[in-house]
Amino acid sequence: MFGFGILTGLTFLPLVGVAFLLTQKGDDPSTLRNIRWATLLTTFATFALSLVAWTRFDATSAAFQLVEEHPWFGSGLVYKLGVDGFSMPFVMLTTFLMPFAILASWESVEKRVKEYMIAFLVLETLMIGVFCALDLVLFYLFFEGGLIPMFLIIGIWGGKRRVYASFKFFLYTLVGSLLMLIAILAMYGHAGTTDIATLLKTDFPKDMQYWLWLAFFASFAVKMPMWPVHTWLPDAHVEAPTAGSVILAAILLKMGGYGFLRFSLPMFPDASAHFAPLVYAMSVIAIVYTSLVALVQEDIKKLIAYSSVAHMGFVTMGLFTLNPQGIQGALFLMISHGFVSGALFLCVGVIYDRMHTREIAAYGGLVNRMPIYAFVFMVFTMANVGLPGTAGFVGEFLSLLGAFEANSWVALIATSGVIFSAAYALYLYRRVIFGELEKANLKDIADLTPREIAIFAPLVLLTIYYGVQPDPILNTTAASVDHLIQSHTALLDAVKLAAASH
Amino acid sequence: MIQAIVFLPLLGFLIAGAFGRWIGARASEIVTTSLLLICAVLSWMVFLDVAIGHNEGHVTVLANWMNAGNLSVDWALRVDTLTAVMLVVVNTVSSLVHLYSVGYMHEDPHRSRFFAYLSLFTFAMLMLVTSDNLVQMFFGWEGVGLASYLLIGFWYQKPSANAAAIKAFVVNRVGDFGFALGIFLVYQLTQSLTFSEVFAAIPGLEGKEIHIFGLDAEALEVAAFLLFIGAMGKSAQFFLHTWLPDAMEGPTPVSALIHAATMVTAGVFMVARLSPIFEHAPHAATFVTLIGAITAFFAATVGLVQNDIKRVIAYSTCSQLGYMFVAEGVGAYSLGVFHLFTHAFFKALLFLGAGSVIHAMHHEQDMRNMGGLRKDIPFTFAMMTIGTLALTGVGIPHTQLGFAGYFSKDAIIEAAFTAGEHHTAAFIGFISTVVAAALTSFYSWRLVFMTFFGSRRESAHGHEAHSHDATHHNDHAHDDHAHGHDDHAHDDHGHGHGDHTPHESPIVMLIPLAVLALGALAAGAVFLPYFAGHAYDEFWKGALYTGEHNHILHEMHEIPSWVGLSPTVAMIGGFLVSLYVYVLKPGTAQKLAAAFPRLYDFLLNKWYFDELYDRIFVRPAFAIGRLFWKGGDGAIIDGLGPDGVAARVADGARIAVRLQTGYVYHYAFAMLIGVAAVATWFVAGGMR
Repeated sequence: MFGFGILTGLTFLPLVGVAFLLTQKGDDPSTLRNIRWATLLTTFATFALSLVAWTRFDATSAAFQLVEEHPWFGSGLVYKLGVDGFSMPFVMLTTFLMPFAILASWESVEKRVKEYMIAFLVLETLMIGVFCALDLVLFYLFFEGGLIPMFLIIGIWGGKRRVYASFKFFLYTLVGSLLMLIAILAMYGHAGTTDIATLLKTDFPKDMQYWLWLAFFASFAVKMPMWPVHTWLPDAHVEAPTAGSVILAAILLKMGGYGFLRFSLPMFPDASAHFAPLVYAMSVIAIVYTSLVALVQEDIKKLIAYSSVAHMGFVTMGLFTLNPQGIQGALFLMISHGFVSGALFLCVGVIYDRMHTREIAAYGGLVNRMPIYAFVFMVFTMANVGLPGTAGFVGEFLSLLGAFEANSWVALIATSGVIFSAAYALYLYRRVIFGELEKANLKDIADLTPREIAIFAPLVLLTIYYGVQPDPILNTTAASVDHLIQSHTALLDAVKLAAASH
Repeated sequence: MIQAIVFLPLLGFLIAGAFGRWIGARASEIVTTSLLLICAVLSWMVFLDVAIGHNEGHVTVLANWMNAGNLSVDWALRVDTLTAVMLVVVNTVSSLVHLYSVGYMHEDPHRSRFFAYLSLFTFAMLMLVTSDNLVQMFFGWEGVGLASYLLIGFWYQKPSANAAAIKAFVVNRVGDFGFALGIFLVYQLTQSLTFSEVFAAIPGLEGKEIHIFGLDAEALEVAAFLLFIGAMGKSAQFFLHTWLPDAMEGPTPVSALIHAATMVTAGVFMVARLSPIFEHAPHAATFVTLIGAITAFFAATVGLVQNDIKRVIAYSTCSQLGYMFVAEGVGAYSLGVFHLFTHAFFKALLFLGAGSVIHAMHHEQDMRNMGGLRKDIPFTFAMMTIGTLALTGVGIPHTQLGFAGYFSKDAIIEAAFTAGEHHTAAFIGFISTVVAAALTSFYSWRLVFMTFFGSRRESAHGHEAHSHDATHHNDHAHDDHAHGHDDHAHDDHGHGHGDHTPHESPIVMLIPLAVLALGALAAGAVFLPYFAGHAYDEFWKGALYTGEHNHILHEMHEIPSWVGLSPTVAMIGGFLVSLYVYVLKPGTAQKLAAAFPRLYDFLLNKWYFDELYDRIFVRPAFAIGRLFWKGGDGAIIDGLGPDGVAARVADGARIAVRLQTGYVYHYAFAMLIGVAAVATWFVAGGMR
C-alpha cells in the first residue's frame, strides 16, 4: 500500500483511531462509550498488527529487518524504519501494554475523555516510532515528541500538584534533549548522514566520541532516570493518572536504555569504555540510595517510583558491563520491569479509584475484604523483589552476573539491592494489605471487578511464564547483543592495534 | 517418578489455592494431604532404590530455563543418595504435618489457604533438593523463603506475625545476598552453574588466586565463604539467626515442618551438596566449624531461660543446626546429613508434641502457666518424652542401643574431637558441642518438667505471681512475653481459666506423633551403618565428596574412650541439674535468676541481638533513607536543579504566573523543540 511496509502501518495505525475520535462530538454517555471502545479496538488492532510483524521478524539475525525507506521533505530528510533484536521487544511491549492503559482509564477518567484518548493514541504512535526509527532526525522527532502527550496527560488529567510535576518533568528532559540535538548536528557534520545503519559503521574520532557520548548521556540519563537526575520521576508518577504512570514506567523509562543500546554503546565504543566507571558509580548509588529512600515513603506511588529508579540502576549497570549476561539481563529487566511496574501502578490505581488517596497510612487490612487483590498485588510485589520464578528475577540475576564479571565491587554493592528491595516492598505490602481492617471507610471496599480481573490475569500469567521460560525474550535479543559485543570488541582491538603501531 | 514427587505438591497447591473457596476446606485438606502421602510413599521407594539399593541415580532434564552468552541453565531433577535422603525427610515430615494440621487448624476459617501454602512450601523445598544447578537451587531457596514468609504471617491480623514474616524474609535475603555473589563467582571461575560441570572444574582451580573486593584471595575460599553466608541465613546460624525464634509466630505445624525439619536444614544440605567446593576451601571450612560451634553454644544458652514452649524448641533447633555445621566443617559431611535426618524426626515430633500441648491448653504457650499435664494428656506426654530422649541423645555407650540423637549427635562430637587434634577450630567445636549437649539436656528436661510435672496451672500461676514481686527480671520477662502473644492469650484463653480441663488431641494429630516417635526411636540405630558406617560407600555412591586426605570417619574410631563417654556424661549432668532445679527443689530457678540478674537478662534477651541489630541496621536504614529523601533529593538535587531554576525564572518575570496558570505554555514550548529540530535540519541541509 503506497510502498509503505508493516512498520509504518504499526506506527501510524493509532492515528487512524485518532481520526475517528475527532469525528465524535458531544459528552453523552453513548458517545463516550464509542470513544472508549474505538480507542480500545485501535490499541488491540495495533497489537494484532505487531504480532504479525513479530512473526515476520527473524530473531536469529542481528541485521535491521522490515526496513522501509522514503525520502521526505524533498531530498534532505529520509524516512527510514526498521527493527532489530533491540527494538522488536520494545515495540511488542508498547503495543501489548496500551490496551491495559486504556482499560485502566475506562471508568476513572471522566473529564475530556476524547482528548485523553487522543493523547494516548498519539503517544502510542510516537513510542512505536522511537523504537522503529532508523534515521537520527526521525528518532529525535519521535523521542522528543513523546514528551508532549505525556506532558499533557500529567498536566491535564493529573493530581493536585500536576503543574509542578509536569514542569519538573519538562525541565529535566528539555535540558537533555537540547544537548542531544547538538550532538546529532555534530554527527551529521562529521558523517554527512543521519542514517543510523551508516552511523553504526562510522568511526568517530576519540575526542569527539567523548563529547557526543556525554551529550547523548545527558538525555538518556534523564529519561532512565539515573541518579541524580531522577527527582522528576516520583513527582511525575504521583501526579499522573494511573494509565499515565503505567506507560511512563513501562515504556518511556525504557527509551533511555534503548538509546544507550542504539547509540552510545555501538557508536561510541571508546567513550563507553571510558565512561563505564561513571555509569557503574551512578548505577550502584541509584540502587542503594533510592532503595533506602523508597523505604521511608508515605505515598504508594512514590514508593514504587523510587523502586523503579533502583531497578533502572540494574539496567544501566548491566548495559555497560559489555558482556552477554549483563546486556541480556539489562534488556530482559527492561521488558519485565515494563509489565511488572506497569502492573504495580495498575494495582495502586485499583485502590486509588476506590478511596481516592495514595497515602499508605490510609490503608491496612485490605486482605480481609479484597483477597483476590491481595493475591495479585503479592505476585507483582514478589516479581518486583526479584523472586526466582517470576520475570523480575531473570533480568536482575543476569545483569548482576554480568556485573560481577566486569567489576566485583559493583556487583557487591548492587547485590545488596536485593535486601533493600525485599525490605521496602514487603513493608509496603504489610502496611497496605495485612493487619486488621480497622479504618471505617475501608469497611465496604470491594474486591476486583471482572474488568479489573481481566486486566490483571494476563499480566500475572506473563509474569510467571517469563519467569519460568524467559527464552522467548532472551532469544530475540541474543543475536543483536552478540553482534554489539563482537563489533565493540573488534573496534576496541583495532584501537589498541593502532595505538601499538604508533 | 521423580516428576510425580516434585510436582504433585504443586498440583495440590494449585487446587487448594485456586479452587479452595469453591471446593471447601475439607476437600482442600483431603486433596493436599493425600497427594503428599503419595509423595511420601514414592520418596521412600526412591530412597530404597537409589540410596539403599544399587541404582546409581540420574538427572532428568525437564526444560531449558535461560540462556545468555555461554550461560545455559536447565530445569532439571537430580536424584542421588543425598537427594533421596532429603526427599524422605521432606515428604515424610510434610505429609505428617499436613495430616496433623487437619486436626490442629480445625477451627481456622482459612484452612484452604493454609494447606495451599504448606504444599507450595513442599514443592519449593523439593525443587531445592532435586536441583542440578545453582540457579534452580536458588529458585527453591527463595521459594521456601516465600512460603515461610506466607506461613509465618498466616494470621495476618496479628502485627507480631507480620513483623516476624518480614524479618524472616529480609534476614534470609541477607544470606541470599552472599549466596548470589557466590553463584556469580562460581560462574566466573567455571563458566558453568551445572553441578557436574562445576565440580569437574573445581580441582583445577585449587590454589588459584583472584583479585576480588580489593583483595587478593584464593578463589575457592572466597566462593565457599560467600555460598556459606547463604547457608547461614537459611539455617539461622549465629549473626543471621534472629529471624528463627520470631518465626514461631506462625502456626505450630509450620514450625515443625519449616523451622525444624526441612527449610532450616537447607543450608546443611547446600554445604553437603557443594562438598567438592568446601573440601578445597579449608579456611572456609574452618569458618563453617566455628560458626556452627558458636551457634550450638549460643542458642543452647538462650534456650535455658525461655518461657515460651515453642521458643525453647526453636533455639534448640538453632543449636542442633550448629552441630550439623560443625560436622560439615571438619569434613564429616555424612554425619551432618545424618544428624539432619534424625533431627528431622525428633524435632518435628517435639514441635508437633508442643502443638498438641498448646492445643490442649487452648492456645497457651507460656510454660509458666502449665504444669502437671502428664495425667491429662498422657499420650502427648509419652511422645514428648521420646522426643526429648532422642534430642538429648540417650543411649548406652559402646552398644547399639539408643535413641536417634545418640547416634548422630555423639558421632559429631567424636568427629569434632578427632579433627580437633590438628585444628583449633575443630577443638573449639568439640568443647562447645559437649557443653551444648549438657545445656540441651537441661533445657529439654526443663521443658518436660515445667509442662508435664509439678502442680497444676492455677497454683503455678500463683507461684509465678509470687516470684514477680521478688525479682523484677521476671516482670520484664513477662511483659516481653505478653507483648508477643497477647492475641493468643486473649482470643482463646481469656475466657474462664478454670472451666477447661486440658484435653488430649484428636487421633488425626496423634498418628503423626506416633510415626515420628518411631523415627526418633529407631532412625539412628537402623541407618547409622549406611550414613557413616561400613556401608558408607555403597550408600552414598559418591554423592558426597571427600578429599583424598579426608579420613575423618575412620580416624574417629581411634579416639580415647573418655571422648566417647563425654556427651553421655554431659547429657546425664544436664538431666540431673534440671531434675533438681525443677522437680526436687522447685523455686531454685527463681533463686538462680535473682542471684545472677545480669546473666539472666542477657540470656533472656537473647544476648541483645535484636536490640543491637535494631540500633545498627534497622533504625539507621530508615534514618538514612529519610536523609536522602528530604536532604539529598529535596534540598540538594531539587534545590539546585529544577526548583532552583524555577525560582530564578520566577524572580525575573511574570513567567511564574504563566507557569502556574496553564499547561498551554508548556505545550507550546514542547512543540517548539520539534519545530526547532526540523528547522535545524533545513539549515544543516542547506549548509551541505
